Amino acid sequence: MIKIDQLYKDFGKLQVLKGISTSIKEGEVVAIIGPSGSGKSTFLRCINLLEKPTTGRIFINNQDITEKKTNIMDIRQNVGMVFQHFHLFPHMTVLGNLIYAPMKVKGQTKQEAEKLGLELLAKVGLSDKANEYPKRLSGGQKQRVAIARALAMQPEVMLFDEPTSALDPEMVKEVLDVMKSLAHTGMTMAIVTHEMGFAREVADRVLFLDGGKLVEDAPPQEFFTKPKSGRARDFLQKML
Amino acid sequence: MNLDFTSILPSLPYILRGIGVTLQIVALAGLLGFLLGIILSLFKISSIKVLGWFADIYTSIFRGTPLVLQLMIIYFGSPQILGYQIEPYVAAVLAFGLNSAAYISEIIRAGILAVDKGQSEAAMALGVPYRPMMLNIILPQALKNILPALMNEFITLTKESAIVTTIGVMDIMRRAYQVGADKYSFFEPLLLAGLIYYIMVMTLTILGKVIERRMRRGD
Repeated sequence: MIKIDQLYKDFGKLQVLKGISTSIKEGEVVAIIGPSGSGKSTFLRCINLLEKPTTGRIFINNQDITEKKTNIMDIRQNVGMVFQHFHLFPHMTVLGNLIYAPMKVKGQTKQEAEKLGLELLAKVGLSDKANEYPKRLSGGQKQRVAIARALAMQPEVMLFDEPTSALDPEMVKEVLDVMKSLAHTGMTMAIVTHEMGFAREVADRVLFLDGGKLVEDAPPQEFFTKPKSGRARDFLQKML
Repeated sequence: MNLDFTSILPSLPYILRGIGVTLQIVALAGLLGFLLGIILSLFKISSIKVLGWFADIYTSIFRGTPLVLQLMIIYFGSPQILGYQIEPYVAAVLAFGLNSAAYISEIIRAGILAVDKGQSEAAMALGVPYRPMMLNIILPQALKNILPALMNEFITLTKESAIVTTIGVMDIMRRAYQVGADKYSFFEPLLLAGLIYYIMVMTLTILGKVIERRMRRGD
C-alpha cells in the first residue's frame, strides 16, 4: 500500500534521512522507534508531504506522490495524521473540528458530516463533549478528538507522530486504547512512539531508525527480544 | 481666560454635521485599508518572492512619506494620473485607505505568524487547500490576537482624518475652523471640535473592548 524508495531529506546542511527504503502493507500497524534526532518524525511527515523529500520516491497505492503533477491535497485526504500537540482548531467546537474538513474538502453536507462526526465521537468515547471548545478538554480527550478528526476524512492510512508524548501519564492509556481498537478494525497505521509496551503489543512490525537510517525492520517479538544491531540494544536498554 | 460659547452656539449644528463626513471617510478608508491590508499581509508571507517584494515596497513608501503629502498627491495629481479631477472626499478615502493598508498589513502579518504553525499543518494534513485554511483557520485566530492593535490603527485613522481639511473636505475640523474665521474667534469652536473627536475615539475604544470580550468568550 505504501512503498518508500531511497528517501533522503536534508534541512540545509543537515542530513536527516539518509536513504530509507521500506514498505507498509494494507492493514499493517508499523511502530517507528528510535532515539530523538534519528529522523522518525521527519520520516513520518514525508509520507503526507508535510516535509518534501529531497530525493527518493514514495508510492501510495502505486501512485508516486513525490511526482510534481500529483495533487498533494488529494493524497492528504487519504492519509490522516495525529500530532504530538493535537493542534485542534481552538475557535471551533469539538464537533466543529470534526466536520470542518469533510464539509470543506469532500463537500459533505452538514448533516452527513455531523452524523459521521457524532459516530466517531462515540467511538472515541466523547459523545458528551460534542459542543465543548477544545480548551475545556484534558490532554487525553483532546488527542482522542484529534484522532476522530483525522478519521472523519475516512482515510486509508493513519499516521501518528508521538501521540502520547505530550500527555500526563494517567491519560496515555485512554489514547492508546483508542489506537488499539483502531488497529483491530484493520486500519493501516504508522506510529512514531516511545511507548515500547504498546509497540510490542499492537505493532505488526517495528522500524528502528538511528542517525537517519533504517537500522532494523523486524516483528516486535524479534526486535524486543533479540535485536540485531548494537545501537538497538543500547536503545532498548535505556528504554526498558 | 474668557470663554464664550454663546456666540458659536448657532453654528453648533453646522459643526456637528461634520461628524457624518468624518465617520464616512473613516469607515470607508478603514474598510479599504483592512481588506487591502489582508491581501498585502498574505503577499508578505507568500512563498512567491515577487509578491513579497511588492508588498514590502508598498509598505515602505506609504510609511516613509507624510500622510498629508500622500493626500495632496492623490488629490492634486488625479488629473494627471486619471485624466480627471476626483472629488476631495474620494481622494481622502483613497489616501487614508491606501495608507492604513500599509500599517494594517504589518499588524496582520505579525498576527498570522503568531498563530501556532501546528494549526496550518493540521489543516494541510486534512487536505484543506490554502484559501479556506487562511480564511477559516488562520485569520480568525490571528484577528483575535491583533484586535487591540487593529483598534489602535482605527483610532489613529479617526484623528488623522482631520487633515482632509487641507483639500477642502467639510469635516469636523474644517467646519470648526470656518466658524472660527466667521466669528473672529477660533478658540471655542476648536475646543468643541476637540471634544467631538475625543468622544468619537472613546466610543471606538469601548467598542473595541466589547468586541474583544466577545471574541475571548470561547476561551
